[in-house]
Amino acid sequence: MRGMLGEYLPIALLAGLALLFAVGSLAASALLRPSRPTPAKLAPYECGIEPVRLPAGERFSVRFYLVAMLFIIFDVEVIFLFPWAVAFRELGLFGLVEMAVFLALVLVAYVYVWRGGGLDWSAEGPRPRATHERAREVVRAG
Amino acid sequence: MTAQEYAFSVLALLGVVAAVRVVTARNVVHAALYLVATLASVGAAYLLLGAEFVGWVQILIYVGAIVILFLFGLMLTRAPIGREALDNPGRLVPALIALAVLAGLVGLLLGAFGWGDPRVELAHAPTGVVGESLFRRYVLPFEAVSFVLLAALIGAIVLSRKDEP
Repeated sequence: MRGMLGEYLPIALLAGLALLFAVGSLAASALLRPSRPTPAKLAPYECGIEPVRLPAGERFSVRFYLVAMLFIIFDVEVIFLFPWAVAFRELGLFGLVEMAVFLALVLVAYVYVWRGGGLDWSAEGPRPRATHERAREVVRAG
Repeated sequence: MTAQEYAFSVLALLGVVAAVRVVTARNVVHAALYLVATLASVGAAYLLLGAEFVGWVQILIYVGAIVILFLFGLMLTRAPIGREALDNPGRLVPALIALAVLAGLVGLLLGAFGWGDPRVELAHAPTGVVGESLFRRYVLPFEAVSFVLLAALIGAIVLSRKDEP
């Protein structure tokens, strides 16, 4: 159990150093800079589009839900890769085939979402006839 | 105190403070972020106990996935997100139930481990052993998990699909 802690010591040290660096730079800049804030300076620049509150009753696009579900499902899948990778040498070919079957089953659904246009982030929403429209674009482009 | 006990004290304190903030925060999104801190401290406590696999499951699944699910549940439903979040007036009964569960758990743990001499032998299971037993002895349940994940994904696709006009 002590060896286990020792293995995590470098990670803990690195995390501590990273925290110290972040807090230290913020504190140093707060001490050294003159403080003359304007609305433009306080804006979260370089952080993407400024968040706008949705009107009451307005809901987020359901495509966010699909992306979240994809993330969660592959998150659960990844957690099985961890003990598999550790015991990989002992399991041999059998373990490899086992994991390939496991991954392939979920990958089928992923490919289905992908090909169906569920991951296309256009304004109109997921297009069930994505391939048809793409063909038309090719024709238009000559 | 050993280094392990020191680390546990810090983690336990962090986890308890964050857990109290989860139920007292006025903003639901802030409560979810405090929940991240609570769950992460539990995960780190598992790592301290030498249960590496359980610790990483806690961090990846609970901190990663479950909290995401909470946040998306807030976003996609008409739940109040901002400061006007509802304060449930009927909180006495849940509080009593939570206290009873806590008392039961503490009693159970004290009965098993007491102060000093544990009456239950701790099983030490490194990740390699977990992996071997999972992929040798429980092959079929493991592959069944894949089917469950597939079903979940298909359900998500069906729910989010636009019906053709």
